[in-house]
Amino acid sequence: MFQVRFHGRGGQGVVTAAELLAAAAFREGRHAQAFPSFGSERMGAPVMSFCRIDDKPIRTHEPVSEPDALIIQDPTLLHQAELFAGFSPDGYLLINSAHDFGELGLDEFVQAVHPSGRDRLLVVPASALALTHLGRPLPGAALLGGFASLTWAVSLDSVLAAISERFRGAIAEGNAEAARAAFAFVQDEREALSHA
Amino acid sequence: MLKQIEGSKAVAQAVAMCRPQVICAYPITPQTHIVEALSAMVKKGELAAEFLNVESEFAALSVAIGASATGARAYTATASQGLLYMSEAVYNAAGLGLPIVMTIANRAIGAPINIWNDHSDSMSQRDAGWLQLFAETSQEALDLHIQAFRIAEELSVPVMVCMDGFLLTHASERADIPSQDQVDAFLPPYQPRQVLDPADPVSIGAMVGPEAFTEVRYLAYERMRQALDLIPSVAADFAAQFGRDCGGLVRPYRTDDADVVVIGMGSVLGTVKDTVDELRTEGMRVGVLGITTYRPFPADAIRDALGVAPRHVIVLERALAPGTGGIVTADIRMALAGRMAPHLSTVIAGLGGRAVTTKSLRGLLATAAAGELAPLTFLDLDTGLADRELARMRATRRSGPSPENMLRDLGITASRIG
Amino acid sequence: MPYQRIKFYQTGSFAAGNRLLAEDQRSVQSGTERSNTLTCGHRACQGCGEALGARYALDAVMRATKGKMIAVNATGCLEVFSTPFPETSWQIPWLHSLFGNAPAVASGVAAALAAQGRTDIRVVAQGGDGGTVDIGMACLSGMFERDDDVLYICYDNQAYMNTGVQRSGATPPAARTATTQAVGPEPGNKFGQGKNVPLIAMAHEIPYVATATVADLRDLEYKATRAMDFHGARYLHVLVPCPLGWGSAPADTIKVARLATESGLFPVFEAETGQVVSATPIRRLVPVTDYLRLQARYAHLFAPVERTETIARIQAAADRNITRFNLSPERPALRAPVIPADSGGL
Repeated sequence: MFQVRFHGRGGQGVVTAAELLAAAAFREGRHAQAFPSFGSERMGAPVMSFCRIDDKPIRTHEPVSEPDALIIQDPTLLHQAELFAGFSPDGYLLINSAHDFGELGLDEFVQAVHPSGRDRLLVVPASALALTHLGRPLPGAALLGGFASLTWAVSLDSVLAAISERFRGAIAEGNAEAARAAFAFVQDEREALSHA
Repeated sequence: MLKQIEGSKAVAQAVAMCRPQVICAYPITPQTHIVEALSAMVKKGELAAEFLNVESEFAALSVAIGASATGARAYTATASQGLLYMSEAVYNAAGLGLPIVMTIANRAIGAPINIWNDHSDSMSQRDAGWLQLFAETSQEALDLHIQAFRIAEELSVPVMVCMDGFLLTHASERADIPSQDQVDAFLPPYQPRQVLDPADPVSIGAMVGPEAFTEVRYLAYERMRQALDLIPSVAADFAAQFGRDCGGLVRPYRTDDADVVVIGMGSVLGTVKDTVDELRTEGMRVGVLGITTYRPFPADAIRDALGVAPRHVIVLERALAPGTGGIVTADIRMALAGRMAPHLSTVIAGLGGRAVTTKSLRGLLATAAAGELAPLTFLDLDTGLADRELARMRATRRSGPSPENMLRDLGITASRIG
Repeated sequence: MPYQRIKFYQTGSFAAGNRLLAEDQRSVQSGTERSNTLTCGHRACQGCGEALGARYALDAVMRATKGKMIAVNATGCLEVFSTPFPETSWQIPWLHSLFGNAPAVASGVAAALAAQGRTDIRVVAQGGDGGTVDIGMACLSGMFERDDDVLYICYDNQAYMNTGVQRSGATPPAARTATTQAVGPEPGNKFGQGKNVPLIAMAHEIPYVATATVADLRDLEYKATRAMDFHGARYLHVLVPCPLGWGSAPADTIKVARLATESGLFPVFEAETGQVVSATPIRRLVPVTDYLRLQARYAHLFAPVERTETIARIQAAADRNITRFNLSPERPALRAPVIPADSGGL
C-alpha cells in the first residue's frame, strides 16, 4: 500500500488533490481511497487530506499516520511539528515552493536523510506554475504532476486523465498544463540531483 | 459500473435509482453532499421526484410521513442534532408503519457540539421501532439503501441506513454502481398497506387507549422479528442479482478459531480487519464480528457466529451510555446469557471522530491477551487531561465550563486539529 | 364582496335553506348531498364551536373539490374527539400528524400527489390555535414560504383546550386559563404582543388568507370554497368559542362568536397576496363588555371589582382593529391598513 498525506490550508484544493490522485490510481485499475482530515471547515485553516493506493481493497479508515509520501501545498505550514509526524527518512517529500530546502529552513531535516534518499525530497513552484497556466494559484494539479515524476506511484497520463474528468474547458487545460510543467520540472530536478 | 466516487454521491445515485417520489431534506453536516446531489438530479430532470427544501429536520421527516401515507416512496437523511430534533416524528413514523428510508450520516451529539463521527445519534433512536442497518464501506452503504427500500416496504417498517459521517460520506472509494435496470428488477413499485385515498377513505393515526395499545405494540415487536428472517433473504436475493455479498445480519471475519473476538459496527470494521490480519501473522488468534443489522438485534446470529464461546469478546462501542457504559454490550450480554458466556469487555472508542487506529487496537488486544483488559475502557483516553479537569473541579466551585478548560489545557486553538 | 350578497327577502334570516338562491349560492349544509365529512357520533362537548366550524368548512371544501380531498389533522380537540378508537367520525381520508407538524405532513401529502400526477386531489391541514400559532409556527411558515398547495385551517379557541385549558400564544390578554389564573394583582393572561397569524400569513404573501367565525357559517362556507379557487399555500383562521374553556353557555357559542366580531375584537376579512381585499363591516357595533360578560374566563374583570383599566385596554385593541380594517363608520378609518406596533385584538 502507498500512503500519501497532503498538507495545506482550506481553500487551496487539498481535498481535491487527494481525490484526483485517487482517480488517477483508479484509472490504472488500482484501489484507492481519498479523504480529508475533517477539521473545522474554514478558509485558511490548516487541513490535511489522505490518499491510499493499493492493488487490493483498502479496508482501513484511519488517517495516514505513516505516509510514504508527503505533499506540502502551503510552505507557511512548515515548522509546525505535526507536519512531519510519522514521516520516515526514506519517504518522498514534495513541497510547493520556489525556494530551496535551505531557504525553507529545512537543511537539518535534509541532512538527517541518507544521501541516497535525498533525491526524494524535492520542491516544485506549483503555485507559480498554476498562476502561469491556470491563472489562479491553486497548486494541486501541478503538485500531482510533480508527484507523478517523483514517485511514479501513478503515471502522468493517469493524472492528466483524472484532471480532464474532473474539470472542463479552460480550467481543465490550465490544470493539465500546470501538471505537465511540474512533471518536467521535477524530472529535471531529479536529473540534476543525480548528476550532482 | 465501477467508479471512484465520494460515498455521499454513491448513496445519492443508489437512492435515485430506487425511484423515490418525494425527497425532503434539511441540511446538516455530514449528510449535506447526499441531499445536494439528489437535489441536482431532480432539478436537472434526471430524477422524477418532488424535492422539498424544508425548514427543519422535524419538517423533513413530517413531509416524508405525509408522502408515505399517501402512497409515495419517500426518503430523507439527517444526523446528530437533526435526528434528535425529528425524534417525535421518528417514533411516529414507526408507530404508523410507514416504510420511509432515511440515511443517518453518523455524527456525535452535543453538547459539546461536535461534527465528527460516532454512533450516538443512531443509538439515541434505537428503540423507536426503525430498522437500523450499519454500512462498513461506501459500497455497502449504497447497496444497503437499495435493500432498505425493499425491506421497509415488505414489512411496512421504516429503515435507517447508518453510514459513518465523513469516514464514509466524505471519502472517495471505489464502488460498483448498479444499473437502473438492475435496481428496477430488484425493487418493485411501492404497494402500500394503507393509503390516503378519497376513493377509499380511512382514518390513520387515531388515539389508542389501554384496551389495545399493548397489542399494537406487540405487532411492532412481531414485525421486527419477521425482519430477522427477511433481511438475510433480501441480502441473498441481492447477492444473486447484483453479485455482491453485503447486508444481512452479521458478518464474521476469522472468528472460527478465535480466542478473542472484537465486535463492532460501521467503518471501524475495516481498520479492525487490517489489525486482525497483522496479529494473525504474529500468531494471535483474533477475529472480528461485524454487526450489520443492529435493530432488530440479531441475537441468534451472533450466538451462532461466536460458536463455541471465544475466551474473550471485546465490544467496540462508538457511543457512550453515561451512567452505564456500553450500549451494544448490553445487547450482546443478553444474547449470550445462559450459555458459557465469555469474558466480555466494553471498549468505548472513537467518540466525536477520534480516529481508531491499528496502533491503538494492537495495544488494546495485547492488553486483552495478557488478561489485563478492564471491563470498561475508553480507548486512547488522555487520563492526564481528564484528571486535571477533575482536580480543577474539586478545587473550585466555579471552575468554569469543562470542555473549554480542557481545550485550553491542551493548547488547542481553533485553527489546529487535535 | 366577490360573492352575491344574500338579500333579506330571499331568506328572511341567516337560514340554511335559501330555496330562492342559485344553487351554487346555497349553503352546503342545506343540500342532502352534503358530505358530512365530520359525521355524527364524535365526542365533542355540547356547544363546541370547533366541531361546528370543521363540519361547515370541510363540507364546503368537499363540494368545491367534488369529494377529492385528503385531510391532515394536528393533535388537539378536533383530532381527539373525532377519532375515539376504534371509531372515527371522518368520512374522508384523514391522517393524524403530530402536534407541531400538520403543515409539513400536509406538504408531504401534496408532494406525493404531485409526484403521482393526482393533482385533482386537494389537501387540507387543520389544527387548533396551539398547534398553529405556537408549536406549529415553524412548519406553518415553511409551508407558506414554499407555497405548498395546502389549505391550512386554524380553529382558534384561544387556548390549549384539550389538555385542560392552558394559555397559548393565541390567548387574549386578561383571559383566565389554567396557566394564567384569575388570581393575584393582575389576574388572567398578561398583555403581550399577541401573535396575529392572519397578518403573518399575509406577510408571506400567499395567495389567500381569510378569517371567519362560526357566527356567520355562510361566510365560513364561502371562504373555504373561495380558498379552493387558488393553488398554493392558503390560510383560513376561524374563531371557534369553547364553552368549557371560555366559561360560556353551550347555547351561546354562536352568539359569543358574533359579539367577538361585532365588538371589533375579531376582524373578519380576506386577503390575497398580502393585500386585504374585503372586510366584513360591523352591522351593529357593541362595546367589548357585551362580549366579555358572557364568558367566565373574563369574570374577574367585573367582580369583585370592575377592572375598568383592563377593560379599557381591551376596548382600545378592538378600536384599533376597527380602524385598521375600516370595520365601522363609528370609528375613524385610516387611509390604508397598517400594522401597528402591537398587534393585539384577535
